Amino acid sequence: MNIHEYQAKQVLKGFGAPIANGVPITSLDQAEAAIASLPGPVWVVKSQIHAGGRGKGKFKELAEDAKGGVRVSFSAEEALDNVKEMFGNTLVTKQTGPAGKQVNRLYIEDGADIDRELYLSILVDRETGKTSFVASTEGGMDIEAVAEETPDRIHTIGITASQGVTDADAEKIADAYELTGDTRAQGKALFAQLYEAFTSKDMSLLEINPLIVTKAGDIQVLDAKVSFDGNALFRHPDIMELRDETEEDDKEIEASKYDLAYIALDGEIGCMVNGAGLAMATMDIIKLYGASPANFLDVGGGATTEKVTAAFKIITSDPNVKGILVNIFGGIMRCDVIAEGVVQAVKDVGLKVPLVVRLEGTKVEEGKAIINDSGLNVIAADDLDDAAQKIVKAVKG
Amino acid sequence: MSILIDKNTKVIVQGLTGKTGTFHTEQALAYHGTQMVAGTHPKKGGTDWTGSNGESLPIYASVAEAKDATGATASVIYVPPAGAAAAIEEAIDAGIDLITCITEGVPVLDMVRVKEKLAASKSRLIGPNCPGLMTPDECKIGIMPGSIFKKGSVGVLSRSGTLTYEAVFQTTAAGLGQSSAVGIGGDPVKGTEFIDVLELFLADDETQSIIMIGEIGGSAEEDAAQFLIDEARKGRKKPVVGFIAGRTAPPGRTMGHAGAVISGGKGGAEDKIEAMQAAGIRVSPSPAKLGETLVDLLG
Repeated sequence: MNIHEYQAKQVLKGFGAPIANGVPITSLDQAEAAIASLPGPVWVVKSQIHAGGRGKGKFKELAEDAKGGVRVSFSAEEALDNVKEMFGNTLVTKQTGPAGKQVNRLYIEDGADIDRELYLSILVDRETGKTSFVASTEGGMDIEAVAEETPDRIHTIGITASQGVTDADAEKIADAYELTGDTRAQGKALFAQLYEAFTSKDMSLLEINPLIVTKAGDIQVLDAKVSFDGNALFRHPDIMELRDETEEDDKEIEASKYDLAYIALDGEIGCMVNGAGLAMATMDIIKLYGASPANFLDVGGGATTEKVTAAFKIITSDPNVKGILVNIFGGIMRCDVIAEGVVQAVKDVGLKVPLVVRLEGTKVEEGKAIINDSGLNVIAADDLDDAAQKIVKAVKG
Repeated sequence: MSILIDKNTKVIVQGLTGKTGTFHTEQALAYHGTQMVAGTHPKKGGTDWTGSNGESLPIYASVAEAKDATGATASVIYVPPAGAAAAIEEAIDAGIDLITCITEGVPVLDMVRVKEKLAASKSRLIGPNCPGLMTPDECKIGIMPGSIFKKGSVGVLSRSGTLTYEAVFQTTAAGLGQSSAVGIGGDPVKGTEFIDVLELFLADDETQSIIMIGEIGGSAEEDAAQFLIDEARKGRKKPVVGFIAGRTAPPGRTMGHAGAVISGGKGGAEDKIEAMQAAGIRVSPSPAKLGETLVDLLG
């Protein structure tokens, strides 16, 4: 689960991290008070959307040469003008896709006097199985580009879980940034605070880009991007409250209510599959035969008739769907349960597009019988290859 | 021979008293008499578990007690996500050789903690978020459907449950059968990686060929490919068919499995396929042609 920058900063502040003063606004009439509450002389107005590249992003509704999604303002009037220009408009960044995202929240922050920009992230390194710091002196830049062009400027420091950030670890990170004197002491304190935030809140990514050193030599968190491990949210009700559903696809929100793993895509063939690997492979095989998947959908191992019905409704609510492929290999999942769910769903919502069903595994004969006896216009398939070819043919002709 | 488990393997069930544990223990007992010997529950020690067909197993209060009483060397975990890491840690402390965690949705930082403990122990962990492992006609640990297996010569390993079933189903249909099948699981931090299982398959006489199924995310497939190249230089080589799921997955999205995500430009399918081909693995373009591709490779 992702949260906004201002929320991430609030969470980090709770662990003692140095954060500039700032005020989030969710409507235009909050703007003047927010700006007045900060001392100036520099105000930064930042679009709050769940996507990176905001500074270089462009607003769809504004002129091509208009400024981006993060704006430095040198007077209260300028800050207010920026707020008015940005609020409610659609920001397109390299991470939003061409449709962009509507900016419904802005964060107004005290401007900082920047001397150096650094990069810091904490993540779980799947190669080592350890929580690791990634440190680079190349802050404020796209870290993937840094990794590509100057990999020697990226330092990875793995942390031993049972010990936490040791002094030796903190020294290594401080060395990577070439920090000295009081700035170094501030940095070392911050690394431990960030690690504590990461582990105690079950974050999956904590990225600070940039982490800055001010002209006065102080360390400050200038931007913050935080994602949480969805599997650990059950033990963090405070974090769950930070979820912003307006940032998510409606169909994905509906799917999450039924514990279905669903991801909306832009193709024309809706898929309902059990198992994540088979669901991906089903998308791949549709592509292999010349069409495109409209979604990823794993109904999971313990699907009930109700869950299958919900899944079917979500798929058919997508206007781009021109055909549906149901692909089930029953291990834990019983084919008769899937078949009953499909029949029930078609009765509930109707079927306006071709439907191909491939069933294999546990209770396959019972499942096939339910489909055949239903009188529905379903195209049966023998195996995955046959199923993919049949649905592509039905859609593409 | 087979790998990891055979008809002599005795298995303890952690989380036997739940619905999932009960169902799959009944299935295992019915599968060529897999030696499921006991269950554990902290508060139900001293009682008996009874299956729906009258099967009965003793329940012990801890894994250590169950191991002492039965001589079991393996355990399988059906404990819900919040308690799964603690269950693995208990099994490690009890000195269980082979721990299989079926549970999906274990918090990744719990697994980071487990991984450190595992490294300092003699236990091997399969999973979490995996279908378990099978040696046909001998032993079934986990949730794979026994009916599709046939004793034979193909070693199957996979990050995905249902794609393991595809590979098993297709090699059974092709008449080849399986020596053993191992689902290593779809999480980013897990106990056993491809390389560990490939080492066992290369060393196993009964395994004459291998099907390895990977997916997007991480670099375990690239590591496995390099391992096969290094081993081939030492003269250890078996025919391998591969498949990678997720060629059409969008970057940055987690595709059902917590570990199946292309992030920071890394973990994409094409890189993996390229690495596998460079290691002499025959990569099947379609998940429906795994068996066919292997038959073709074997000539």
